[in-house]
Amino acid sequence: MTTASNLPLEPIADAGDNAVLALRPPARRKAPIAQVLFGTIGNTLLTLATAAILLAAVPRLIQWGILDSIWTATDGSACREASGACWAFLRAKFRQILFGIYPPDQQWRPLLAVTMLFCVILYSLPPRNWDRFLVFLWCIAVACFLVLMQGGVLGLTLVPTAYWGGLPVTLILAVSALGIGFPFGVILALGRRSALPVPRILSVGLIEVIRGLPLVSLLFMSSIMLPIMLPEGLTIDKLARAGVALTIFSAAYLAEVVRGGLQAIPEGQAEAARALGLSWVDTIRQVILPQALQKVIPPLTNTVIVMVKNTALVLVVGLFDLLSSGKAALADPSWPSPFAETYLFIAMIYFVICFGISRYSLYLERRAAAGQVR
Amino acid sequence: MRSLLHPSCEIKAMSRLWFDARFRSYLWQSLIMLAFLATVTWLTANTLDNLVRRGIQTGFGFLSRPARFPIAEGFLAYDPTNPYLKAFAVGLLNTLYISMIVIVVATAFGFCIGLGRRSLNPLVRGLASCFVETMRNTPLVVQLLFWYALLTIGLPAPRAALEPMPGLFLSLRGLFFPWPIVEGGSGLFGSALLLGSAMALRAFAWQACLGRPKRRSPPLCAGLGGLAILLLGLTVWASDIRISLDQPVLRGFNFTGGATLTPEFMALVVGLVLYTAAFVAEIVRGGIDAVPKGQWEGGRALGLREEHILWLIVVPQALRIIVPPMTSQFLNVVKNTTLALAVGYPDFASVMATTINQTGQAIEGVLILMSVYLAISLSVSTFMNWYNRRMMLVTR
Repeated sequence: MTTASNLPLEPIADAGDNAVLALRPPARRKAPIAQVLFGTIGNTLLTLATAAILLAAVPRLIQWGILDSIWTATDGSACREASGACWAFLRAKFRQILFGIYPPDQQWRPLLAVTMLFCVILYSLPPRNWDRFLVFLWCIAVACFLVLMQGGVLGLTLVPTAYWGGLPVTLILAVSALGIGFPFGVILALGRRSALPVPRILSVGLIEVIRGLPLVSLLFMSSIMLPIMLPEGLTIDKLARAGVALTIFSAAYLAEVVRGGLQAIPEGQAEAARALGLSWVDTIRQVILPQALQKVIPPLTNTVIVMVKNTALVLVVGLFDLLSSGKAALADPSWPSPFAETYLFIAMIYFVICFGISRYSLYLERRAAAGQVR
Repeated sequence: MRSLLHPSCEIKAMSRLWFDARFRSYLWQSLIMLAFLATVTWLTANTLDNLVRRGIQTGFGFLSRPARFPIAEGFLAYDPTNPYLKAFAVGLLNTLYISMIVIVVATAFGFCIGLGRRSLNPLVRGLASCFVETMRNTPLVVQLLFWYALLTIGLPAPRAALEPMPGLFLSLRGLFFPWPIVEGGSGLFGSALLLGSAMALRAFAWQACLGRPKRRSPPLCAGLGGLAILLLGLTVWASDIRISLDQPVLRGFNFTGGATLTPEFMALVVGLVLYTAAFVAEIVRGGIDAVPKGQWEGGRALGLREEHILWLIVVPQALRIIVPPMTSQFLNVVKNTTLALAVGYPDFASVMATTINQTGQAIEGVLILMSVYLAISLSVSTFMNWYNRRMMLVTR
């Protein structure tokens, strides 16, 4: 003990009765900034290269985006002469980009519908709001959304889905693909983990085939084949067809995420439930799934981001989502087609949504980690 | 008495059967199978019914008919009188070519970005993080369209083409650069080149160049390289081969001669590489984070330099964690090449889309499309699983 007294020995915090004396690793000194940037030859080169990239890019971007740009103009002539960005185009066209070819005098409806959907999304973020009421609220919200957009009842004029466009289409596709895909994903995951060969083989086959295919080919399949595969008289509109493809796709990916959670639950949980006399359905519903889903919430948010981004692919089957509406707005010949500005604007909307979700997932992970430490 | 007993016995037997686990599992499985088969039969019956009603001929006979549509670029000589099968081959080669380039470049680039995110240098770290977050949180199609717009609208016309290097022209028609032309003795030259490269590869992989530091012998390695070059030179000299550079020249509205990278190709490659690199970077960072801190500390205690710890201790261990998620990333690249459709590069999916539009053979088209992508996916994952087994930690 005489030698040990000189060392920074202290009991480890929660070791209880069996307190052990342990040697803490020496704290790393924080290197001064000059050493971090120019400490070694390699580091100096890296710093200089990064600084060169920044110095070359940032002033040009400022010149293009702010100094030389046109912010207010009623038509394209000012933009044609300027060398900078044409933000005036976005000011003139933002309604068309956000709501597509929805009748302009009715555009308060998509605005209201999107606002309502965002409110429900914000309400569902805090984990303490996760209960049965939330599921009910979502059903109501989606129903209200569809009624508001479609109309034909309550004195609203009928607007067929062919006239829907922009952000509402993107949002409803993402929400329905994830919302309807989730229960199917859970069923597929349970099937894949099943001891019975028939559901297992069917689930594995479905999941692997769908995951092996590009989404573009699924979209093609549903837009071309679905009308042929349904009986005569049963038609399904373009938006719903794309929705079906996205739902099938998200179900397969969600199934793999949920399977990860199912695999993380110890076998003993199911055995204990069986010993208590619970039926298979009750075992799954009350013992396995609540624990498994709790575990996979962070990876689930990743799939949500992927699906939000994937809705942009409906471009290939000619639906007017946010991206296609932007492309349509660019076709106006009276403006000089500021492609870069429009795509940056659309990318920014996606970025805000997806980055928000990824930060939210980090918050959830930290929260789950905090629950582990007692 | 006996007549009363009989039915209750029967109920008992039936209830015993009902609660028999094996019987129940068979019952459930046959019900699921029945539901599945019923759905499939229903859909097939509807399809056949609709096909007859619409008068659509099914079958793969159309494959040998002339395609009658042009394909902008490809490796095989193709013209619109060629059959559909040839058009598919051109598209498939384009898909594989793009996938291969993107996988190789994005892996290397993403590896650097991933290391950059764990760099001690705050400038590098910040730039890498910004890059990764921007790329990962915006849809790939939007990025592709953005690059395509930059390359077609943002660049000048061929007459005012940018010339970043002599002989290199960048305009809205694409990138034009000189290309060597080999004339005469092509068979001999080709075989010599093949033999030489095989020898060089073998020599490089040989202990003298890649072995353990102690066994490495730079003079021998350099000697082998010199010998390869000498052999190559001798072959060129011996077989009256003329190698000349074909320079791109502005003629009329466009350049002729040299080699070209079209804006579609460049937009697709740049977009896919940057997008994939961001995901690769995250995988690499995750792999490096997963190597225990003690490994770094152990390396420091041995007096190794930081970059030696990284390359000799941490990266080899991180590779084992990196390889499986990388497999799915590579599969994503192959699947993402279908977005060539958005920028108009003739990959397999867009050739197929044109075919379906032209012939109306939707079912056959979709079937071919799906089976080709499934086949590619399966082969990539088989290869990566083999690689993973080789990289795995061998314990006892």
